[in-house]
Amino acid sequence: MTETAIEVNDLTVAYHERPVLWDVDLRVRPGALTAIVGPNGAGKTTLIKAILGLVSPAAGQIRVLGRSYREARSEVAYVPQRGSVDWDFPTSVLDVVLMGTYGSLGWIRRPGKREESRAREALEKVGMEAFAHRQISQLSGGQQQRVFLARALVQDARVYLMDEPFQGVDARTERAIVDVLRELRERGDTVVAVHHALQTVPEYFDDAVILNVRRIASGPVGEVFTEENLRVAYGGRVPFLQGVAGGASAARDSPPPPESPVDRRARPEAT
Amino acid sequence: MSIGELFSLLLFDYTLRTVALGTAALGAVAGALGCFAVLRRQSLLGDAIAHAALPGIGLAFLLTGSRATPVLVLGAALAGWIGTLFVLWIVRSSRIREDAALGIVLSVFFGVGLVILTFVQRRPTAAQAGLETFLFGQAATLLLRDVLLIASLGGAALVVLALFWKEFKLLSFDPEFGASVGLPVTRVDLLLTSLLVVAIVIGLQAVGVVLISALVVAPAAAARQWTDSLSVMVVLAGFLGALAGVAGSMVSSLGGGIPTGPTIVLVASLAVIISLCFAPRRGLMAGFLRERGTRRRLRVDAVLADLYALAAQHGEATSHAHPVAVLRAMQERRGGLERSLEALESRGLAREVRPGEWCLTKAGVERARTLFLPEVAP
Repeated sequence: MTETAIEVNDLTVAYHERPVLWDVDLRVRPGALTAIVGPNGAGKTTLIKAILGLVSPAAGQIRVLGRSYREARSEVAYVPQRGSVDWDFPTSVLDVVLMGTYGSLGWIRRPGKREESRAREALEKVGMEAFAHRQISQLSGGQQQRVFLARALVQDARVYLMDEPFQGVDARTERAIVDVLRELRERGDTVVAVHHALQTVPEYFDDAVILNVRRIASGPVGEVFTEENLRVAYGGRVPFLQGVAGGASAARDSPPPPESPVDRRARPEAT
Repeated sequence: MSIGELFSLLLFDYTLRTVALGTAALGAVAGALGCFAVLRRQSLLGDAIAHAALPGIGLAFLLTGSRATPVLVLGAALAGWIGTLFVLWIVRSSRIREDAALGIVLSVFFGVGLVILTFVQRRPTAAQAGLETFLFGQAATLLLRDVLLIASLGGAALVVLALFWKEFKLLSFDPEFGASVGLPVTRVDLLLTSLLVVAIVIGLQAVGVVLISALVVAPAAAARQWTDSLSVMVVLAGFLGALAGVAGSMVSSLGGGIPTGPTIVLVASLAVIISLCFAPRRGLMAGFLRERGTRRRLRVDAVLADLYALAAQHGEATSHAHPVAVLRAMQERRGGLERSLEALESRGLAREVRPGEWCLTKAGVERARTLFLPEVAP
């Protein structure tokens, strides 16, 4: 396995002269769950899209699994923001999930029985197997999110990039997503997710990238998820800070743990 | 003329048959490809392509001196295609949004086209006669060889649509995800748009620059109302487009100088209106019925709640009857009390003990408990 799953060097992205990301360096640990946090307009989505080659950077290099994105593409899965598509599009849940197989199918070839059974498996993993033939406009927000997640699972990748997978979902969906994330980690896959709810970062993720146009900090949650770093990123007004970063800095003050607290808690559940 | 005579005319009258076949073919192609334009919120694109094609027709005639359909269609296609490239280029390289870019290209190309056509008409040769019919179309000028051209070009476009179905679907639903799995989005977009260009230019002779976009948008909009499957929608839109072509040709053949193109568009628009009103689930009528059903159900529940409240005062007794007048007092300004009571009775939840006096049944008490006291429910 390569030492870093994703390597970003000197990345600068600008939209119409305004820099959205400025000189960002980043190393994402393979086999870990990494959260990207930061205020609105911090460039979190842009960072994901730059890694995926969806926006062209003004400067910088990006390597995924030690290769260019184009070369690593078949091993990368993407969960876009739920609101980025028209959910009134005339198609079914199964059809959307099958889109995850298009990349490996290549031109013209249609998904067949094999692809369909993989899509159903993925739907089962997110608890949506009963909705396979449902029209997508009839789904709740959380169900839409799980469909997108299933589509990424069908891609059978080693690196998963997710843009706000927990945004506006119900408790059941949140649990389902967390279960999937832990299963992916169990398999040794890498997950990078844009995340908004700061209070769940220490519980759900191993590593964190704190971003506000520049990279403020990145590394194990226990080390970088501190009040100080968050204050720098959010400019003093940190939502949900109480008892979150405090706990993390307390962990930092104690003798350095061999693993982040999340690992220790997650393991017995997974076995 | 009776309907029967009209249909026998369709079968045996050479001109009408030719026109109907041609307009049916272009209606089917425009309808099918129009689905993607409508779903991608590019309904204006068809209009822009059609208007952008006009200078191509004039230039093709000026350069070749021929007004053979293939020559003019080729000119129209090139100009329409260049027009859409302009739209893409403007959107990419400036901050102008797509709708404004479409508007710019549409009006500029159309203006240039009108200038060229005026120039062509002033020339003292006789051969140019009829170019201006491309503005509003003249289906009666369709010859069998034009129909064959429409059918072969349109058929080819539909074959390409079928081949790249999966790519076009992904492009239309989620282009960013498509790009992330390696779909060359720009090139696929260009291919799909080129197919739309073909669908439009083969219709210019019959329907005209000004109205052809209706034949792209209307069948797709109508078809969307009836189905939630993309493939069904495309087939249905193609069918509706063909139907509009045939019906429009037949109506205009009744005489009185009714033009074919506008009639086709009117028939297609009628399909939209009918679909908007009467389609199951998505139609206005279905929405109205659904809302009325919900209101009625809520009203029945309210009566159930009142009866339960009354029963609760008597230890949830199922024997103590309450006069309608009492219920009416509790249901101030809510109509349909009798109908609600009958609904409850038919569901076995309430019974009329004496004329005009009601009480809940055992089942009614149970139902009310689960509905209104969820915390007590088992």
